[in-house]
Amino acid sequence: MELSATTMSLLFFVFVLAMFLGVELIRKVPSQLHTPLMSGSNAISGISIVGALLALGHADSGIAVSVLAGLAVAFATINVVGGYLVTDRMLEMFKSKGEGKK
Amino acid sequence: MNPELMRGLGYIAASILFVFGLKMLSSPVTARRGNIVSALGMLIAVAITFTAMAEIRWAWLIAGAGVGALIGVLAARLVKMTGMPEMVGLFNGFGGLASMLVGWAEYHGVWAQGGDIHLFTRVAILLTVLIGGVTFAGSLVAYGKLSGRLGGKPVLYKGQNIVNAILLVVVVALGVFFTLQGLGQTNATGFSIAYLLLMGVVVLALIFGVLSTIPIGGADMPVVISLLNSYSGLAACAAGFAINNNVLIVSGALVGASGLVLTRIMVKAMNRSLANVLFSGFGAASESKAAGYHGEAKPVSPADAYLILEAAGNVVIVPGYGMAAAQAQHAVRELAELLEENGAEVKYCIHPVAGRMPGHMNVLLAEANVPYEQLVEPQDVNPTMEMVDVAVVIGANDVVNPAAKEDRNSPLWGMPIIEVDRARTCIVLKRSLNPGFAGVDNPLFFKSNTRMLFGDAKATITAVVAEFKQ
Repeated sequence: MELSATTMSLLFFVFVLAMFLGVELIRKVPSQLHTPLMSGSNAISGISIVGALLALGHADSGIAVSVLAGLAVAFATINVVGGYLVTDRMLEMFKSKGEGKK
Repeated sequence: MNPELMRGLGYIAASILFVFGLKMLSSPVTARRGNIVSALGMLIAVAITFTAMAEIRWAWLIAGAGVGALIGVLAARLVKMTGMPEMVGLFNGFGGLASMLVGWAEYHGVWAQGGDIHLFTRVAILLTVLIGGVTFAGSLVAYGKLSGRLGGKPVLYKGQNIVNAILLVVVVALGVFFTLQGLGQTNATGFSIAYLLLMGVVVLALIFGVLSTIPIGGADMPVVISLLNSYSGLAACAAGFAINNNVLIVSGALVGASGLVLTRIMVKAMNRSLANVLFSGFGAASESKAAGYHGEAKPVSPADAYLILEAAGNVVIVPGYGMAAAQAQHAVRELAELLEENGAEVKYCIHPVAGRMPGHMNVLLAEANVPYEQLVEPQDVNPTMEMVDVAVVIGANDVVNPAAKEDRNSPLWGMPIIEVDRARTCIVLKRSLNPGFAGVDNPLFFKSNTRMLFGDAKATITAVVAEFKQ
């Protein structure tokens, strides 16, 4: 497989900028939202489902790749589905003074 | 449009939605919408990926996604809010495992076809497998500790750091050999040397994940799960390098950065260094702690506590893990509402490391319908602590331990605490005088303005509430 130097440096470029962006974003999250932040970012780390799907979509690769990629799809899906749902469940409970009283 | 370009644009759209989703998490007002925005980004990323699949093996896809979705839905619905730390811990592990499998599948695919594999990609696959494996195994141990299946105590033995260091050196050495090998020749067993080296890295990464997590004590769990959260993102990021995919790199980096920021906040809130948390086995070291504090604790009955609270105009409630363990959050909210009806101003002061994960107490109190405006941080309360009539400490211990500022020999020395000892009166709800999770004695219990209300937190608060209602 050929990988040009430009491609490699662009991947690094994206990585470094995203790290800085991430730090700036997360620093603004108040401590009371740290648990939903963690479960929500857990869901985002389920992005490896994209890699799993791509591996599953390679033409004429053998059964072993199917098994590995199928398992990866399963675990990543747990993260994505479970992560977003549980975060939503938590955030629904955060109410301000006005709406808090039932 | 060129399908490649279309996919690129779709992935950029997904990344933008992730960024906005995280940005909206900076306020409780927009947070819920932010989560939906982020989920929309994921949906776009997944949908656009189907256009890149040369063939779709539906059976595998449906089986994997179906089982995953089912488990995800059940876990998200059934988990109790008190059990959130272990669920997040376990999910970190699944993220790491998924990335590890992606790296492995990518390698196997190229290897099976006998193709060539670039050095850059080999390094990326190595890092994916390594970080993913450590994340997975470490998270399982963290899950075991948080859920009480494994004891919360640190597991320590002589030469532990040396064993871990040697293991790490061996892993790195195998990894270097692997990256230098390329795909290698297939030998009689059907595997190449390089493939075997990669499998060796997988096994050792798993072992290292376990061994590096067992020495960490229960009180340090907020740090560990923050760190594992970061690793799970970095594993996805490495997988992105392995398959040259920007959306994996961006999302993984965002999560990696998020975990690092949280780790830093937790470590600072305990006045420790990350190295100290990871390698020192806190809690076990306190065998050599300063001589126990002695004095007379002043126990009170719920009726006495009622009289103190009834006269208070300004109350600060300091919850800790004990409140979660006793499931007392609803009773606490009821007490707070009665105090407010009585004319008192009530705030909940939450230490960043209270509970077993960052922000855990806030979620529990939100579940009990406490409005988020009442949840404040130590720096909001400490400067005016003298004006507080009563500080009610419910199941918190180390985060209110005045030894942190009074006793240089205390393992807690220097940790920022909620200075409840400076309140006019301090009521501590506790089962007994036993030290907290970190195993450090607390001189707060023997201060002249401290009253001890012994018993199960839920039962005692319910008793105080009953006194109010009479």
